[in-house]
Amino acid sequence: MANATMNTELAPPSGRTSFRRSFADRRTLGNSVLTGLAVALSLIAMLPLFSVLYMLLVKGGALLSPSLFSELTPGAGMDGGGIGNAIVGTLVVVGISTCLALPLGFMGAVYLAEYGGETKLATLVRFAAKVLTGLPSILAGVCAYAVVVVTTGSFSALAGGCAMAILMVPTVMLTSESALRAVPGKMKMAAFGMGATRAQTVLRIVIPTAIPGILTGVMLALARAMGETAPLLFTALFSDYWFEGKVTQPIASLSVLIYNFAGSPFEHQVALAWAASLVLVSIVLVLNVIAQVATRRPEEH
Amino acid sequence: MNIQEVFPKVITEKRDSGRVSGAHAVGAASADPGVVMDCRIKTLHYGNFLAVRDTEIPIVAHEITAFIGPSGCGKSTVLRSLNRMNDFVNGFRFEGSVHYRGQDIYAQGVDPVAVRRSIGMVFQQPNPFAMSIYKNVAFGLRLNGFKGDYAERVENALRGAALWDEVKDKLNTSGLSLSGGQQQRLCIARAIAVEPELLLMDEPCSALDPIATRRVEDLMLELKEKYTIAIVTHNLQQAQRVADRTAFLFVDTSAGGRTGYLIEYRPSAELFEDPREERTKAYIRGEFS
Repeated sequence: MANATMNTELAPPSGRTSFRRSFADRRTLGNSVLTGLAVALSLIAMLPLFSVLYMLLVKGGALLSPSLFSELTPGAGMDGGGIGNAIVGTLVVVGISTCLALPLGFMGAVYLAEYGGETKLATLVRFAAKVLTGLPSILAGVCAYAVVVVTTGSFSALAGGCAMAILMVPTVMLTSESALRAVPGKMKMAAFGMGATRAQTVLRIVIPTAIPGILTGVMLALARAMGETAPLLFTALFSDYWFEGKVTQPIASLSVLIYNFAGSPFEHQVALAWAASLVLVSIVLVLNVIAQVATRRPEEH
Repeated sequence: MNIQEVFPKVITEKRDSGRVSGAHAVGAASADPGVVMDCRIKTLHYGNFLAVRDTEIPIVAHEITAFIGPSGCGKSTVLRSLNRMNDFVNGFRFEGSVHYRGQDIYAQGVDPVAVRRSIGMVFQQPNPFAMSIYKNVAFGLRLNGFKGDYAERVENALRGAALWDEVKDKLNTSGLSLSGGQQQRLCIARAIAVEPELLLMDEPCSALDPIATRRVEDLMLELKEKYTIAIVTHNLQQAQRVADRTAFLFVDTSAGGRTGYLIEYRPSAELFEDPREERTKAYIRGEFS
């Protein structure tokens, strides 16, 4: 008898032996609904990006041709021409700003990550950089206008580069700092244990190990700067001519071209603005892809 | 970790260079003329915390000296004081002396960087650099401004670390792509490439599986022909298998803190078969760890 009682106790409660999923079950239902919701909302979040890309391809793709890249911007009411000077101008301005921002941001990051630590100066620098990342880009333009344009007496590629550099420095500095900090302490200890000095450890171990992360930061800063219009409006201004090697003269740029032509009453200029947008987005996209690839480390165990 | 944490201002106090006799130290080994490194710690503080006291361990040439003892007994701390790696810890203070090649490495005017260049170190966690296997091994040579044949030295170091056959066809791949045991042998190769007289190993097998552990142990036995080795280990069998002499450290909690000190330092065979001190006996029997 005792045995029989035990057996009934061990057997699963009758009626609940099925392991089949039932959609009538509240948990199963809730799970399905929430999963569906999450997927739907993610798709909606991606909608703007894809609709913008679609519009750019439809409206800007029509003008894609070699002459778009090789010819100057046309005057008001004229047909033909291209955006060649604006593409070159954007690259020149971004080049100038990179030359200014990269050494500043990178050396700042080395100081913050390896030397400053939590000292007052380092904390102040870090705080300033964080505030600067949120700086409205038009203020960078105002600053460069006041410092460069007013003192030199003319709008120039250099002034545009300075404005963009103000925007790039904090991004480069903060992303590089985190890349440098991500280098494992045990690697540094290995170097110190071999008898490396602090400078040797930073130069030969920490910086080379952090290079992919630093590159990512630089690329992202570049991509962001490239799309900015406001800082260039009253610094680099615009030019309907090719860049002739003089950084002290106004220069064309894709973003200002888009700003100018998009509101133009002439259809052809509006079409060029679409094409310029497509080119700009493509450049930014390529930079982002490069940043992604650069971060990829060789296989690690 | 930033440099500020790693490079605190080191407070090194005036030290008594005379002999300090530890309460429990057994001086038999120190009479040996082949002593490479004469470690005489009077007190070792981290801030106000007394981490180690009264520990004298003369390390004899071409021998393996093991430091054993329960957790927190300061065996790693003692090892790290032998190449001034403790200088990186905030508030580190040292009283006593560590004589190496006739010089006290804690004497005033001694450059810890120069000390570390001639003493090799292998860490608990394998820590190869994020660079190729070849460059990992060549790192110390470059650091020392070596002018000779790099390829030959790298090959010799890798052979010495019993890693050559496994990596000779992929010297340009990242050191991080190796397995844990291979990485640790790479770190050993990196350390011996500069041919240090003394090699310090801080629980070098604790992150390795038994097979890799055995390989590293065999390697140590080969290496002691050329080098002198001091090793911290948590593994009594390991000390028994490889060490010529063993130092047993213990934790003193009587003053409220946890202070490590030397109980017994003797040839391994004697220490394990016929321990003199009660606490050594208890530890070897496995009554605590």
